[in-house]
Amino acid sequence: MSDTHAHSVAFVRETMLPQQPPPVTEAGVVKWMRENLFKGWFNTLLTVVSLYFIFKIVTGAYPWFANGIWNTSSLAECRDMLDGMTGACFSVLTERWNQLLFGFTYPRDAYWRPTLAFVLLIVAIAPVLYPKAPRNLLYFTAVYPFLAYWLIWGGTLLIPLMVLVGLVAGYFAFKQFERQSFAMGMIAGLVSAVVVIWAGSIVPASMPNVMAIEAVQSRDIGGFMLNMILGTVCVSLSLPLGIMLALGRQSSMPIIKWICIIFIEFIRGVPLITLLFVANVVLAYFFPPGSNIDLVLRVIIMITMFSSAYIAEVIRGGLAALPRGQYEAANSLGLDYAQSMRLIILPQALKISIPGIVNVAVGLFKDTTLVSVISMFDLVGMIRGPILASTEWNGVYWELWGFAVFVFFIVCFSISKYSQWLERQLATDHR
Amino acid sequence: MKKIAILGAMTAAGLSAGVASAATLDDVKARGKLNCGVTTGLVGFAAPNANGEWEGFDVGVCRAVAAAVLGDPAAVEFVPTTGKTRFTALASGEIDLLARNTTWTFSRDVDLGFEFVGINYYDGQGFMVPKALGVSSAKELDGATICIQTGTTTELNLADYFRKNNISYEPVPIETNAEAQPLYLEGACDVYTTDASGLAATRAAFENPGDHVVLPEIISKEPLGPLVRHGDNQWGDIARWTLNALIAAEELGVTSANVQELAASAGENPEINRLLGTEGTLGAMLGLEADWAVKAIAAGGNYGELFEKNIGENTPIGLARGLNAQWTEGGLLYSPPFR
Repeated sequence: MSDTHAHSVAFVRETMLPQQPPPVTEAGVVKWMRENLFKGWFNTLLTVVSLYFIFKIVTGAYPWFANGIWNTSSLAECRDMLDGMTGACFSVLTERWNQLLFGFTYPRDAYWRPTLAFVLLIVAIAPVLYPKAPRNLLYFTAVYPFLAYWLIWGGTLLIPLMVLVGLVAGYFAFKQFERQSFAMGMIAGLVSAVVVIWAGSIVPASMPNVMAIEAVQSRDIGGFMLNMILGTVCVSLSLPLGIMLALGRQSSMPIIKWICIIFIEFIRGVPLITLLFVANVVLAYFFPPGSNIDLVLRVIIMITMFSSAYIAEVIRGGLAALPRGQYEAANSLGLDYAQSMRLIILPQALKISIPGIVNVAVGLFKDTTLVSVISMFDLVGMIRGPILASTEWNGVYWELWGFAVFVFFIVCFSISKYSQWLERQLATDHR
Repeated sequence: MKKIAILGAMTAAGLSAGVASAATLDDVKARGKLNCGVTTGLVGFAAPNANGEWEGFDVGVCRAVAAAVLGDPAAVEFVPTTGKTRFTALASGEIDLLARNTTWTFSRDVDLGFEFVGINYYDGQGFMVPKALGVSSAKELDGATICIQTGTTTELNLADYFRKNNISYEPVPIETNAEAQPLYLEGACDVYTTDASGLAATRAAFENPGDHVVLPEIISKEPLGPLVRHGDNQWGDIARWTLNALIAAEELGVTSANVQELAASAGENPEINRLLGTEGTLGAMLGLEADWAVKAIAAGGNYGELFEKNIGENTPIGLARGLNAQWTEGGLLYSPPFR
């Protein structure tokens, strides 16, 4: 066959041609640029214009960063050193670094305590955020809130310890009664926790110096530390509360349903700043002087209420997105309400709600800066108040606000990156 | 209806719980600390330094009162308040004394139920313009754009002044002094107006203060002073006479440097003797110790020393004494006699 074929045509290639590299314009950087930057005259024009602006911004901002001065003690001194050149006075950051992070009245020799609490926070949330982290760490996570409270506020270790003991007692009571019904377990747990904490509060009162470190007033807590405390505490409290509100709103029991609806609609209808003013100003009238509830606690309660109402609505969206069949399937398996919610409905509904929840969490974290209007010195409050009002640093704007932007961006961007990662991890649908 | 009645009763109970604690002096002594309301930060008047210690002209008043009452100028709990929270903080009893450059007005004194105990700074609203504008009087500002803080008395004063002089202007509303500074420098407005002390402080923070001038016109009266709650006259007297002691000390030449020496024994000037407690029983009349004024003056110096240290001409703020000089030197400071 091949012979005949060889005679019938003039030329037959007998070896394979070596692979040629693609034309320069169709490979590598050039191809990428042609496709992405210079496709058509309009895109080319846009690219050139953008490059021009990027160039202007970089050349404009570079000397400001490069000439930045880091070691003066006042704005006037810094301007003297710059001597008319463009340059940033970053020395405000170095000089007031501790104030920006911890506020201006937190005891200096205790700075290690919130720092340690922050490091431990990373350890404690690791098992919650990453399924691959060692499971044993969850025990540490459970203990962490009490440890962190002790580290930041100081005082005797017995106070957080008693609360912990109370909660553990509540947990065992819950386990005991859970077999009868979930609600019974919840009530029994709650009652025993309250009883144990109430009875146990005598212990720290009688021995205020056991394992005591220097106590710090709430008023002395400030700087970015305050934003972190408010952000972490309020997000972690408002998530369970939001789930309960969302379930309550769907409940068939009219009283629970109406309480939840009224709470959610009322809170959503009021600006956060109004709630903060209520926490700061109005509540003060209702307590006799001297018996004030801690201001940070009041603010935590208000922000938690606010964000739990929003999270409840986000989760309600997730619940509504589940097909009716899922609820019916859970019922047909013979699961009771608590079991069907825990095992079938919520895992799916929460997965759907992740982007919304993260959206609320990021918003909440940024909203913690609103406490500066009720004269608490969070990061923004520190900048607006004490630092810009000091005779040394009056007039420094870009450096300070740039720092605040930078810090908040890091935190919020990591939260959003994490949520995208989590969505990919939990994706079980077909793509 | 019933609900409203209950709410009203609760409010009344809460208010009276705040106001009824009449013996502020006893409360302060029992607490061992004076709760003093200050601003969250105003250059020269009150701001914490790099070590977190409060400094400033208003802070000096707080420390003097604490020294007079408790004998220790450091026994002060500074409660930072904003323009919005200051009056409720005082009314609810959270603070004993508010020294937060608050303008003494009729309605604040009478309607809000406070008692201004004196004036520690005579301020007034002024104008700042860039030198390049070539303006030398506020009356030449026809058609100018003016940066002004909203919701303050300065806004109303400005409208009154321009209407009276029959000239027009365009307001650029801003929220805080910190916001005004960059706006004015970028040329978003031709003129910046606020209290003259604030203008001086703002101008001092500019890179080239010489390029800007403060116009000579002062268009309003802003007497700033510390205040206490109505209903506790003894406490009001203590605050009033501590302030007067600082002012009188300057007039009589008593400074933080020589006060201990002068107080060691009765001298030749009977008024100094009465002030420093080496003669008479003025301290006992106030319910304080005889050397109350000595401690108040030793805390941060007399009025003139406080002024020079915090806002005077040698500080970056560089305010001249002006109206705030002693009456003997053409100012308005005039303490009633100590006798």
